[in-house]
Amino acid sequence: MIDFELSEEQQMIRDTVGAFALDEIRPAARPADESGNIPQALISKVAELGLVSGAIPETLGGDGGERSAVTGAIVAEELACGDLAVAIHCLAPRLLAYPVLEMGTDEQRGAVLKRLAGAEFVVATAAVMEPRWDFDLTELNVTARRDGAGWIIAGDKCCVPLAAESETMLVYAKSAAGKGFGGVDAFIVPRGAAGVSVGEREKNMGLKGLATYEVSFKEVRLDADGRLGGDRGINYSRLMSESRVALGAMAVGVMRAAFEYARDYAKERKAFGVPIATKQAIAFMIADMAIEIDAARLLLWEAASRLDKGADALEESYLAKNYAAASALRVTDNAVQALGGHGYIREHPVEMWFRNARGFSMLDGIATV
Amino acid sequence: MIDFEFEPQVVERLKMYHMVAENIMRPISREYDEREHEEPEQFFQTMWQAQSLADVAPGGDLKKEQGGSVKPSGPKLRNLLTCTTTEELCWGDAGLFLSTPNSGLGGAAVMAAGTPEQKTRFLKRFSEGEPKWGAMAITEAACGSDSAAIQTTAVRDGDHWVLNGTKIFCTGGQRAVEKSDGFVVVWATVDKSAGRAGIKSFVVERGTPGMKVARVENKLGIRASDTAMIIFDNCRVPADHLLGSAEVRKEGGFKDAMATFDATRPIVAAMAIGVGRAALDFVRDFLREQNVPIRYGISPRRLTAIERDFMDMEVQLKAARLLTWRAAWMLDTGKRNNLEASMAKAKAGLVVTQITQKAVEILGPIGYSRKLLVEKWMRDAKINDIFEGTQQINMLIVARRVLGYGNKELN
Repeated sequence: MIDFELSEEQQMIRDTVGAFALDEIRPAARPADESGNIPQALISKVAELGLVSGAIPETLGGDGGERSAVTGAIVAEELACGDLAVAIHCLAPRLLAYPVLEMGTDEQRGAVLKRLAGAEFVVATAAVMEPRWDFDLTELNVTARRDGAGWIIAGDKCCVPLAAESETMLVYAKSAAGKGFGGVDAFIVPRGAAGVSVGEREKNMGLKGLATYEVSFKEVRLDADGRLGGDRGINYSRLMSESRVALGAMAVGVMRAAFEYARDYAKERKAFGVPIATKQAIAFMIADMAIEIDAARLLLWEAASRLDKGADALEESYLAKNYAAASALRVTDNAVQALGGHGYIREHPVEMWFRNARGFSMLDGIATV
Repeated sequence: MIDFEFEPQVVERLKMYHMVAENIMRPISREYDEREHEEPEQFFQTMWQAQSLADVAPGGDLKKEQGGSVKPSGPKLRNLLTCTTTEELCWGDAGLFLSTPNSGLGGAAVMAAGTPEQKTRFLKRFSEGEPKWGAMAITEAACGSDSAAIQTTAVRDGDHWVLNGTKIFCTGGQRAVEKSDGFVVVWATVDKSAGRAGIKSFVVERGTPGMKVARVENKLGIRASDTAMIIFDNCRVPADHLLGSAEVRKEGGFKDAMATFDATRPIVAAMAIGVGRAALDFVRDFLREQNVPIRYGISPRRLTAIERDFMDMEVQLKAARLLTWRAAWMLDTGKRNNLEASMAKAKAGLVVTQITQKAVEILGPIGYSRKLLVEKWMRDAKINDIFEGTQQINMLIVARRVLGYGNKELN
């Protein structure tokens, strides 16, 4: 039956991660954006929250908690409200862990998850996106073809978070002539495999604290067990739906940061002797932000709730993520606008959130719930 | 625990409402758009006899609790369920939905401001006899959104209150007090110097001396619903028709009117969503027949203009629906929903206005033609952006709430 209330546990997670994001992550956001580096100490502290290890079974050394897309969306929103680059960085190991957890063979789960189950941060990632304007999840250029019992991976990926430090990455490749989401497999690729080369760190408009890379695969040979899920393969559509929920929820987090900052600023800043928030032109922008945040969040929770029930959520997650991406851009743009000239100055964080928000419409597959 | 799915019995119930919308409302939808001011008598009788169906208009199901004929054992999420049934019926026809005989907004006002005795006394009629309507009159020529500036006066004279003033845009007003033994709830000031606190509501019944329906408006849409101007000229109303307490104090009074809005705004938002869904469903079926694909999941950069438009319509409608359900659910679970009700109403009114306009655009000349209902839905949709608080007044309420301002700081 319809319910808009979080469970007690979810509420607790939201409070804990939310407070941590504001106290610990937010202060690191601007320095990370300027320097390109996220302090190791902060990353270790986030790891202690158990955001990756939590869902790994106890038999593999994890905490054996329940994995839920709704809870994942809540965590993603809270972290991203602190800082988007830190959020994606700290959750990156999930990009390997969760697909293996959900769709891997027993051997793959044993081999991959044990390493990621501890309280320390172990870098891992996934390669989904490709460097072309019309990149599309359903038409990958990176291919996987059978070679005897094994596989050969070929092609170029981009926007791979933490690729340079990751020992293992999950690489998505077109493996069959099948159309749409049907013809794609994921492969567990050691960074040291012959033919894998990680390029220069990418320089982007936003997300500057996050290290992302182009990675090229030149005829990379894998054994048969490199294919995630073995002969079963994967449910690619579901994995990407989970990713879209995560990215959409992060967009909500960025929106919220911008909204709260603009709201507080507008109540302080005076023009013509009164706070600018008492003018409808500003007040209505703030009201619009509040509505869009709630609307986007509800759409994402609905998609997440479907995923938690094991239902297909391709349409729901796609529409919700695109909605959140568009709203995030508008909300952060308006936050800059509400601050006027000050919004354009890097002393205030709103221009950073505006740059970060621009990324959501092109980002796919770099976070998951 | 977050959940967006209804129980199977609710889904079954909605299917029944959908059948009413499709088989009873849609076939006469165009007819009563073209024949404004005429009475769809058969429709009234059908809806009145199917009591459970007539129960769903704003405030309509309240009689179950207070009318005496039905025990107060309504479903737990009554407001939410009312929103869902409202959506189904407005998918059929929003004008006919508004013209459905029931206690309507007048009933909602009685429920919000009346004493238990008054609720029983005034609402009982809606579960017996011939079809009846309830209406509410707030708006005046000189005050719409600024409803605290009401000019209509009520002066005590012995056992009566004497009302003087003119009310406009009263939905269902003519049917309530001229065509049936219903009533109109009139908001008037008993003490101008007291401002909002002096505003009280009065139940004025058919045949009360000094009340006259002066005209019925010709409108852009929702033409099956009558919108009346009612003049009160030394209109004498029995003293016990004042809802709640006559005492002028800070609490109550105008606050009751505003509390009514917290309950009715989600329902109006649901009306909007029903009209928007009618347009969306039509466009979806149409595109399917024309073999125009809607490809979910591919790169947004590869979508056609039609795909983008359609998906935007779809997701905006869904966003509005979720906001609406949340606002209604909050009311059902005893949470203050003033902010959320205005969020839902502002969003739904706006997006449904846009969605129906886009539907006409996508369908080109056949969308503009009166052969289809799409152009009608665009006209019908617009009212949701206006009545029960315009989009702008709802944005103002949202802004005040999120900024922590009162009406003095932000106006």
